[in-house]
Amino acid sequence: MAFREYKLGAMFFGFALSFSMMITLFFPTLYITDHGTPDDYGLDKTLTYGRNSAFTYSDPLLKQTNEPIKAILKVDPADGKPLASPMTVYIYQPGDPFPSNVVHPSILTGDIETLSVNTGKIDAANVSQGAVFTISHAVMHGKELPFIQNLTATKGWQANQTLAAVPDHDRSYAAQGRTLFEREGCWWCHTLLPEETQDWETFGRPPLVGDLNGQSPTTFGSDRKAPDLLHVGSRNSSREWMTMHFFDPRLVQPHSIMPRFDYLWGKYDASGKVINYAKWRKEYMAYYTGHTVYPPAVPIPAKDSEARHLIDFVLDLK
Amino acid sequence: MFKYLFAKEDDIPQGTAAVLFGFSSIVWFIVGTGLGSFNAAKLGFPDFVTGSYAFAFGHMRQVHVMTVIFGWILGAFAMSWMYITPALGNTKLWSEKLGVWTVVSWNVGLTLGLSLLWCGLTSGREYSDFIWPIDLYIAFFIAIPMAINVWMTILTRRTQGIYTTNWFFAAAAFMTIIVFLVGNLPEWFHLTGLNEAYMTWWFAHNILGLLITPVAAAITYYIIPKITGNPLYSHRVGHLHFWSLVIFYSTPAAHHLMGSPLPEWLKSFASVEGVLILVPAMAFVCNIMLTMQGRWRMFVENIEVRYSATAGLLAIPLNMQGGFQQTRAINWYVHGTGWIVAHDHLALLGFSTFAEVSAVVYGLQTLLRRKLWSYSLQNFHYWMLLVGFAIYWVTMTIAGLIQGAGKVFEVPYVDVVIAEHPYMIGRWFGGTMVFIGNWFWLYNMYMTAKVGREVPAGRQPHELAYEN
Repeated sequence: MAFREYKLGAMFFGFALSFSMMITLFFPTLYITDHGTPDDYGLDKTLTYGRNSAFTYSDPLLKQTNEPIKAILKVDPADGKPLASPMTVYIYQPGDPFPSNVVHPSILTGDIETLSVNTGKIDAANVSQGAVFTISHAVMHGKELPFIQNLTATKGWQANQTLAAVPDHDRSYAAQGRTLFEREGCWWCHTLLPEETQDWETFGRPPLVGDLNGQSPTTFGSDRKAPDLLHVGSRNSSREWMTMHFFDPRLVQPHSIMPRFDYLWGKYDASGKVINYAKWRKEYMAYYTGHTVYPPAVPIPAKDSEARHLIDFVLDLK
Repeated sequence: MFKYLFAKEDDIPQGTAAVLFGFSSIVWFIVGTGLGSFNAAKLGFPDFVTGSYAFAFGHMRQVHVMTVIFGWILGAFAMSWMYITPALGNTKLWSEKLGVWTVVSWNVGLTLGLSLLWCGLTSGREYSDFIWPIDLYIAFFIAIPMAINVWMTILTRRTQGIYTTNWFFAAAAFMTIIVFLVGNLPEWFHLTGLNEAYMTWWFAHNILGLLITPVAAAITYYIIPKITGNPLYSHRVGHLHFWSLVIFYSTPAAHHLMGSPLPEWLKSFASVEGVLILVPAMAFVCNIMLTMQGRWRMFVENIEVRYSATAGLLAIPLNMQGGFQQTRAINWYVHGTGWIVAHDHLALLGFSTFAEVSAVVYGLQTLLRRKLWSYSLQNFHYWMLLVGFAIYWVTMTIAGLIQGAGKVFEVPYVDVVIAEHPYMIGRWFGGTMVFIGNWFWLYNMYMTAKVGREVPAGRQPHELAYEN
């Protein structure tokens, strides 16, 4: 072993690398954890997306299984009577994994953690039975704070029962759509991070540390070839426009270089008819070359199609 | 190849692992650049192969990136580790058998990982896109066995000192394992929020800075002195390069997330450390250029030296860009634009690819004991690579400046897309040139192995004249 003359060097090398990791990993992590208190917006994001939106045990093939449904609840699921005002609920059916900040409430930090555990009873939530969450508000230490409420524990609303009380048009499959955002690589062109430029005027405010509380992965994106999408639902909330744009972006934006995502429609449209892609493309080419005046109509996506999931996600980006 | 997997160590010819890595890296280079050309065509001509799950841009974009990084760049590094490390220790590879096994596990793992990525199975984290079972496989069946072979070869060397190249190889092998294990913590332990985003970019920064940059530089530290016959200009400047790289390259990860809500002290710190990257960069470039003193004639006459010295020259614009584009004032303008894409290609397709081509071309000749079959074909590859890369870099830099202006002056996004369109076609054209050139290179190396002139015992390939 002719290593003796390099002992000092090896020790210094270890010291240098450890020191650099302390500054670049340990200290920032302390700061981020300290400043990561979420507000309404941040809690809504995590509860909407669930535990993990990319590859995970509960959805290894990214088929958008085992993910929550965000819904607007207008009637009491227990007795069917109308609620005083509609409320946003996040329905985790049995088996859907909870987001990290429900499993580890310490991520919520401080008073929000205390409220969510003591008043919201999030520690009583059980994956095998499912749960219904909502965001409530309470005053603590003289300040009004949002917290997560586990309605299954506080009101006895079961997940399946609650889901049955919500008609389809009040459900948002944003969590499932978020999985598609990653699987289909939307984030290779569309960022989720308005930058410190006039970006803020066009694309809205940048995320705060708390906005990302409990989210994984965050998929900011780095290579922007298209508009930032962090607040796209506030700029354009038209489901019709989104439907046409995903089927063939050049129907609504002739200069777009976005790929067509018509394959996310699957085999059938909303009325159960088989979608004839070859025929559609032929008719589109006739329109494109000026032989017809109008393009062919875009099929309406089926209720459980991937296209619907993705559109729900994009419209939910407020 | 497979017969050596279960052969006795002494029955495996020396250099087998390196030759296999060499050819596998060239093949992956062709695959990777072919995918790049295909993707670029989709950006230039949006209705080219569209509406198909199998060939969706969003699936294939990162398959291109991971193919060139893991298949080509790191494959060529593995080849260099397998033959340069023992050569500099005046010994043989510690375990040729482990080397051959690593070739197999590398190619199997990469094929599996890329296929899954192509199908959309992603972790959703840039540069650590492979799902975590593949990450574990890479750590324990590729990175660690490779590092053990490199370290043991250095420990069992028959020279007193350790040459500069081998410091870099040994340190990079170590740092890669640490970076890989720490950088994938978000996946293994499901970290969330800004911690997840930051750790992802900590990984991305360090896997490039502590693996690709030092190893590519270390290759030129071997090739240039070896072929020109000049000793390395300064061992001490090599020290400066090594230590400043470990310190200044491992710290600026946050400069990738200047727009994120990371603490301001961290962004400022990263920005300053990022400028200090110029210290190892200048040490490296000066050392290589001064080693070439009196032998610049070989830059014209010798193809391996030309590849290596081009790598050294391309490191100048690379680091001038890299050092300054991450400061707030410039990052504000260019972040997320094609400028950065151009910069990435300057690092990977410019600087490190040129260094690696020289290592693979020279290594295959040395190990197969055959002189390069055709100088003309290799020269053709050099120019296809250089011109193709230059077209790519220039068009993407211009596209990036247009995007930056669009961002800063609030131009409606679609107008930016229209303005960029010619440059997207230029990028496709440049990338396709590189792809076509690579086929000629593979053919040349194949013919070298088959019918290249044998190098007589006691001679080195670079001492013989080119024939064709």
